[in-house]
Amino acid sequence: MDKTLTLGESLRQSGVSRRGFLKFCTATASLMGLAPMMAPRIAAALEQARRPSVIWLSFQECTGCTESMTRSHAPTLEGLILNHISLDYHHTLQAASGDAAEHAREQAMQENHGNYVLVVDGSLPDENGAGYSTIAGISNLDMLRETAEGAAAIISVGTCAAYGGLPYAQPNPTGAIPVSEALPGRSIVNVPGCPPIPTVITGVLAHFLTFGGMPELDDLNRPMTFYGQSIHDRCYRRPFYDRGQFAETFDDEGARKGWCLYRLGCKGPMTYNACATIKWNQGTSWPVESGHGCLGCSEPEFWDVGGFYKALSAPTGDVSRAAAFGALAGAAVALGAGVAGKRKQAEAQEQHERVTVDDLGEK
Amino acid sequence: MSNPTEFLALVRGPLFDVAIAIFLFGVILRLTEILALGRKHDYSESRGGEGRGGWTTIWRRMLPDQEKIKRAPGVTVLGYLFHIGFFVCLLLFVPHIELIYNLIGIKWPGLPTPFIDVAAIVAMVSLAALFVNRLIHPVLRFLSTFEDYFLLVVVFLTVFTGYAAFHRLMEPASSALAWHILSVELMLVIFPFTKLMHTFTLFIARWYNGAMAARRGVQS
Amino acid sequence: MSKPTFEKGYNAFKKEIDAPVASFFSSCVHCGICAEACLFYTETGDPKYTPIYKLEPMRKVWAQEYTLAGKLRSALGLGRKLTEDDFKEWEELVYDSCTLCGRCSMVCPVGNDIVYMVRKAREAFVAAGYIPAGMVGAATRAVKIGSPMGVRLKALEAQISHIEEETGLKIPMDVEGAEYMPLLSSMEIINFPEYLSALARIFREADATWTLCSEAFEATNSGIQLGSADIARELLQRVVDGAEKLKVKTVVGPECGHAFWALRWEGPNLIERPYPFQVQHILELLDRFRAEGRIETKGEIKERVTFHDPCQIVRKGGVLEQPRNLLNMIAADFAEMPDHGKMNWCCGGGGGVSSNERADELRIKVFALKKRQIEASGAETLVTACANCRLMLEDGIDEYQMEMPVIGLTEAVADHLLERRKD
Repeated sequence: MDKTLTLGESLRQSGVSRRGFLKFCTATASLMGLAPMMAPRIAAALEQARRPSVIWLSFQECTGCTESMTRSHAPTLEGLILNHISLDYHHTLQAASGDAAEHAREQAMQENHGNYVLVVDGSLPDENGAGYSTIAGISNLDMLRETAEGAAAIISVGTCAAYGGLPYAQPNPTGAIPVSEALPGRSIVNVPGCPPIPTVITGVLAHFLTFGGMPELDDLNRPMTFYGQSIHDRCYRRPFYDRGQFAETFDDEGARKGWCLYRLGCKGPMTYNACATIKWNQGTSWPVESGHGCLGCSEPEFWDVGGFYKALSAPTGDVSRAAAFGALAGAAVALGAGVAGKRKQAEAQEQHERVTVDDLGEK
Repeated sequence: MSNPTEFLALVRGPLFDVAIAIFLFGVILRLTEILALGRKHDYSESRGGEGRGGWTTIWRRMLPDQEKIKRAPGVTVLGYLFHIGFFVCLLLFVPHIELIYNLIGIKWPGLPTPFIDVAAIVAMVSLAALFVNRLIHPVLRFLSTFEDYFLLVVVFLTVFTGYAAFHRLMEPASSALAWHILSVELMLVIFPFTKLMHTFTLFIARWYNGAMAARRGVQS
Repeated sequence: MSKPTFEKGYNAFKKEIDAPVASFFSSCVHCGICAEACLFYTETGDPKYTPIYKLEPMRKVWAQEYTLAGKLRSALGLGRKLTEDDFKEWEELVYDSCTLCGRCSMVCPVGNDIVYMVRKAREAFVAAGYIPAGMVGAATRAVKIGSPMGVRLKALEAQISHIEEETGLKIPMDVEGAEYMPLLSSMEIINFPEYLSALARIFREADATWTLCSEAFEATNSGIQLGSADIARELLQRVVDGAEKLKVKTVVGPECGHAFWALRWEGPNLIERPYPFQVQHILELLDRFRAEGRIETKGEIKERVTFHDPCQIVRKGGVLEQPRNLLNMIAADFAEMPDHGKMNWCCGGGGGVSSNERADELRIKVFALKKRQIEASGAETLVTACANCRLMLEDGIDEYQMEMPVIGLTEAVADHLLERRKD
C-alpha cells in the first residue's frame, strides 16, 4: 500500500464510504470517551493523517497480545485502523525474515525518524541478563533503546511490556524489566492486560492519529478512557455483591445463579480495565460473565498477589505459621512474666510487716 | 513500594503476618499476666452461685440499664452506637467474613452492603461524637490521657479507610484497600498494649465482679 | 513497732494486686460512668472524685510491676512512677471521698469492682502512713479500749443493768453453749441502747438461747474501715475467740453495716480458715424468725415510712429482701425511695468517713442527694438498719433542717412485737 496516501484516501480506496467513515469516527469518539460532536474533528484529522509508520517490537512475550489483536473479525474498528497503518516491522506478522526483516526496521526508523510509533510487547531482560533474549544477535535492551530514540510515541502493549508481567513474576529468572524501566525519562503509554482488549490498542492509536499526542493517563500511565473505572464498579454482577449474594464454590447454587465471585478470588475491585463494558470477542463475553473471577491482569504484579482464588480481603502469607510463632513466643514470655509476677506478689507478702495501731500515728 | 499492587501485597502478606504474630503474642502475654496473679482462697461461707453470678454479670453488663442511660446518657448511647456499628461492619461484611474464614475456618452469613454502609457511618459519627464528648465532658476531659484520644483516632481510621475503600473515595482502589488493611494492622499491633485489650479482659473483670457479688448473694 | 514508709506502702500495693485488680485496670476504658454512680461526684461536680481515678496510685504500681509494657516503659524512663506525693495527694480521695459503698462497682460497663480495689488500696495508705487522724483515733481506741468510741465493758454492764431494770428481762452474759451470740456496735451501746432491749425481747419471744460475750461484745471493726487487715484481724480475733470459747452456733451481727462486712465476708479470710460457727445479720435472723412464725407483730406504723438500704448490708451484703419483709409486717404505708435496694445511695458516712472529722463538710454536702431521695419517697419516717447510717442520717437531717425521725428496724420490730409469752 502506498505510504503517501492519507488515511482517508486509503480507506476510500478500500471501499469504505464517506458515511461508513463518519460512522467509524463517531464510534471512535465514543470509545475514547469524547463527546459525539468531536466526531467531525476526528474525521477531519484522520482524513488528513498520513498512514503512520509503526514498529512493533516483541521481546519476552507469548504472542498473546498479537493474537488478541488479530483475532478480531472484519469489519471492526480495530481492523480498520490496523489495516491502514503501515506496520513496518512485526516479527509474527511480517513476511520478511532474517536480515531483510531487520533491514525493514532500520529503514522505517531512518525514513520516519521522529515520526514513527513504537509498540512493544513483552518485557526484556535487564543488562545482566541480556543473553536471555536477543533478536538477530541484538539484545532486547539495545534494540529497544535504539528504536525508541527516534520514536514519536511509545506504547507498551500488554502487562509484560507495561509492568513486567509473567517474566517479571517471582523469582524473575531473567531479571525481566518493563519497558518504562529500560527507558527512564521517556513518556510511555501503557496498555496493560493479559492480553489487552484489541479495541483499546487501536483506540490509543486512533487518539494519536487524531490529536497527535497521547490520551490522558492515570498514575500507572494507562489511558483514563479505558482504565478509569474498576471492573468491580462496572460489573454486571455488582448487585449481587451489594446484596450479599456470593458464589462460594465454582459449582454451587450461587455460581449457577451467577452471583458475585468475590469469595472465589475475583480481583475486580482492584482492577482497572474496560472488560466489563467493551467485553471480548466482539462483545460476546468476558471472564466474569463466563463464570470466573477477574485475575487482575491489567494491574502490576498480578501474578504475585496471593493467588487467583484467594479473596481480596484474605491474607496471602502463611498466617498460621506467623500465628503459631506469635502464640508460642507469647506463651513463653507469658510463662516467665506470670511466674515472675506471682513471685513478686509472694515476696511483697513476705516483706509486709504487721501493722499495729501504735504504728498509725507515726507519720 | 513502587506501585499500589505491591503496597497491597505487602499489607496482605508479610505485614499481616507480623501484625497477627504481635497481636497473639501480646494478648497471650497480657491475659497470662493477669490470670497468673490469681486470688486468695475465700474462706467465707458462700451464698452460692459464683460461676452463675459471674456469667450473668458478663451478660448483663452488655445490656443497657436504666442507671447508665439516666445518668450518663451521652457516653452510654454513643458507646452502644459505636460498638454496634463497629461490630456489624467487622462481623457481617462479607469480605471480613471471608477473611475470618481464611484465618480460622468458620463462616456465617453476611449483610447486604447498604446495611454495612449505615453501620460504618453510625460507627464513625459516634466515634467523632465520643471524641468531642471526651473533650467537653468535665469527667472525661479530666480522666483522658493521650492514649484515649489516640485510640479513638486509630479506630476511626480503620472504619474510615474501610469506608473509603468501599466507596472508592481514594484511587486506586488497591491503595485504598491497602491503607485500610494497614490501619487494621496498626490496631492489631497496639491492641494488646492499650486499653483496646478490654475487648478480652472485660470478660475476666465482669466474671470476677459477678462471682464475688454472687458469693454474697447479690447479682451485680 | 515499725514506722510507716513509702516503701512499705509501695510493697503493700504489690502485695494487694491480684488477678481481679489486674483485670480491672486492664479493662478500664476511661468512660467516666463510675463518676455518675458516686455521690461525691454527683453532688460536687468535681471530676477528681471519679471512683477509678481514686485508684491511680495503685494503677501505676500495677502497670510498672505487673505488665511487661509498663516495665519496658519505665526502663526507657517513660511512664510516671509512684511517689510519696501521690500518697499525700490521694489520701483525701481514698478516705474522705469514698465510703466503700460499692455503687461504682455496680455500674461499670466492663465490670470493674472498683470498691474492691479501694479497699485494697487503703492497705497501702496505711502502710505508708497516710490516713486521716480521726480514723487513726477510732482504730487506736478499738484496739486499746475495745471499741472505737472508747466504750468499755463497764459501760455495757451499766446499760445492761439499766435495761434489765426497765424491762425485767435478763440479759445473759457469757453463757456457754447458747445458740446465738449477738454483737453490738458501740453506737448501739451508747446512742441506741433500745437495740439491746429489743434483742432481749425478740429472743425471748422466739424462745432462743442467747448470750453476750464479755470479751467480745463489740462488732465494729475499725481495721476494715482503715484498710488494715492486720488491725482488722486483731479486732476480729476477739470475736472468734469469744464465740469459740462459748461454743455458740451463730454469731449475730449487729445492724451496723461494715461490722457485718468484717464478720461475714472478710473475717474468715483474715484468720485464713472457715469459722466453726455461722454468722448472720440481725435482719436475716429476724426474717427467719418471722418466716418460721417464731415472732409475730401487732399494730402498724401509721405514717408513711421509707427504708434506707445500708450499703454494706444490702448492696455488698446481700441482705436485700429481709428488711422489706420485716417492714411490710409493721408498716401500713411503706414506700421505696428512688434507686432503692442494691442501687441505693450511701448516707455519706460509711467506710470510716463518719469517724474522719476532716471530711464532715464534704459529707454534709453530699447528703443533699440523700435528702432528695428521702423527699421523693414522701415518707415521714425513715427506717434503716445500721447504727452508723442512722447517726449520719440524723446528722444530715439535722443539718438540712428536715423534720424526720430515724429509727432502727430491729427496734421497730421489737416495738411491735406481739408478746405472747408471759413468763
